[in-house]
Amino acid sequence: MRFKKFVTWQWAGVGMTMLALPLIDPNPYHLDVLTTSLLYALLALGLNIIVGLTGLLHLGYAAFFAIGAYTYGLLNLHWHWPFWIGWIPASLMAGVFGVLLGAPALRVRGDYLAIVTLGFGEIVRIAFTNLDRWTGGPNGLLGIAHPTIWVPGRGWVSFGVSSAPYYVLACLVTLIVIGVCVRASRSRIGRAWVAIRDDELAASCAGIPVLRLKLLAQGCGGCIAGLAGAIFAAKQGTITPDSFDFILSVMILAMVVLGGLGSIRGAVAGALILGILPELLRGFDEYRMLVFGLAMILMIRWRPQGLFGATRHRRRTRYVRAIPA
Amino acid sequence: MTSLQLFLQQLANGFTLGAIYALIALGYTMIYGVIQLINFAHGEIFIVGAYIALSLVLALGGGFPWAVVVVIMGVGAMAVSAWLGLGVERFAYRPIRRAPRLNALITAIGMSFLLQNVLMVFYGPNDRRFPNPIPLMRWDIGGVSITLMQVVAWVMSGALMLSLQALVMRTKLGMAMRATSQDLNACALLGIPVDRIIAITFAIGSMFAAMGGMLFGLHYGTINFHDGYMVGLKAFTAAVLGGIGNIPGAMLGGLALGLLEGLGAGYLSSQWKNVFAFVILIALLLFKPTGLLGERVTDRA
Repeated sequence: MRFKKFVTWQWAGVGMTMLALPLIDPNPYHLDVLTTSLLYALLALGLNIIVGLTGLLHLGYAAFFAIGAYTYGLLNLHWHWPFWIGWIPASLMAGVFGVLLGAPALRVRGDYLAIVTLGFGEIVRIAFTNLDRWTGGPNGLLGIAHPTIWVPGRGWVSFGVSSAPYYVLACLVTLIVIGVCVRASRSRIGRAWVAIRDDELAASCAGIPVLRLKLLAQGCGGCIAGLAGAIFAAKQGTITPDSFDFILSVMILAMVVLGGLGSIRGAVAGALILGILPELLRGFDEYRMLVFGLAMILMIRWRPQGLFGATRHRRRTRYVRAIPA
Repeated sequence: MTSLQLFLQQLANGFTLGAIYALIALGYTMIYGVIQLINFAHGEIFIVGAYIALSLVLALGGGFPWAVVVVIMGVGAMAVSAWLGLGVERFAYRPIRRAPRLNALITAIGMSFLLQNVLMVFYGPNDRRFPNPIPLMRWDIGGVSITLMQVVAWVMSGALMLSLQALVMRTKLGMAMRATSQDLNACALLGIPVDRIIAITFAIGSMFAAMGGMLFGLHYGTINFHDGYMVGLKAFTAAVLGGIGNIPGAMLGGLALGLLEGLGAGYLSSQWKNVFAFVILIALLLFKPTGLLGERVTDRA
């Protein structure tokens, strides 16, 4: 009964259509762009837990993505772990780092937390660049195995460089993570996260273990990013530290804010828009990122609450209000 | 070269870098102080200043005394950047001032992309050599060589910072700025033209960034449209290190970061110097969560 309530026909339809897309539009370039956007969606969903639900401004989120990707990459290269097993430690490792980073960083608040997480992101990236012995330095890891799948009659077949299987994989994982996020945000823990975001003092007075829940949020967000990282590493086959820079962190944050803080469908929509928009602008070539920046400004200007601004919870607006000049 | 001399030499180099960081950090801190916005586009305004200075020095060519050239470069870069700062505030930040604060952060990022790519379209994606009009003179003080360029950087940034301190602490405008940073709404009720004060803050911050940009170009000899990003990040780190929203803190943070980098590059490997800065920053923030000189505990975003 509960499952039925959770998976409505509408959502089942959306999911089916997404999964069936390669049959309708087998263009590998389109599928590739969509796969990347779905990975963004995973990252946005994870960051949404940290920033959107719990209200912790995180500017180094790409580091968790990097940790997941490198964990799977190293496990695969050194011990030949297949993707289907390797993503688990990759995800867990990123989650552990989320908690480890969270423990000291949560002592600082607001914009100071932002700079600590930013610093952490940069440290991870520079460390991966300079630990040549283990990570291959700026050249990164090469030759990470693609996932394989067992096909009757043909044995284990690698995903290779075709785009459709990765798209289906990313699609499935995204749908599952969306489900988990929806459940989590409606659970007691999810409501406690929102309570911390809206008023930390009141939340702690109401008996919510604030610190533990903040760490849990960081851990969950980290796990999702690590999972996305493992898929990314498996899809690319090559990872370099450059893929995980500060720009990626702010892009994911932009996706979460554009979609509407705390909104799950918003995070996915924001990721799809910001993932696909630069590709649509390919025709403009050198003006592409210029137009993209302009689009970001105008989008925020037209819809300050984001595309799917949370209506359930009034956001705190103790910032600068209307000012009669 | 003795170890003491090496130390002093790295100190002198770090001091120059620190002066540049401090100039940029001042803009971050002032803007943050007034409207609690981390202006991510500030690094781009800095590099725009550097490019304007480059254009001016190329346009002037030889035949002028070097001091005149430097002053023209500085004044031109500051004027254009001030105008740009005003435009950025008017276009990207003022319309959304009522919205949640994170939105302004996102428009700031959009603005940063926009400016960066405008620069790339105008000046090309490659490194540009930055001709240095200052004659290559160096003095040898106890085995430590100090170049004329370094002296110019110290004098210019020192003069600017002192005049800013005087402006903020001694003038009516400065008083209005301090009041605005305390309580915007109360200021508006008292008839302080808050919008204009915010705009002026952006203009002044951008002027300082432009000066930092010119000195950066002179110091390194090449500039690239990408440089705004990393240097902006460092300057932001410096502002937080000193306690964001605090003007003497930004100067102190900038100098401290520059010195750390100078020493780190001298003694540790230069590849790890960026990590070094961030590790120090994080360690400091854990013990002193609001920076060296910060007092205010800001709320979360």
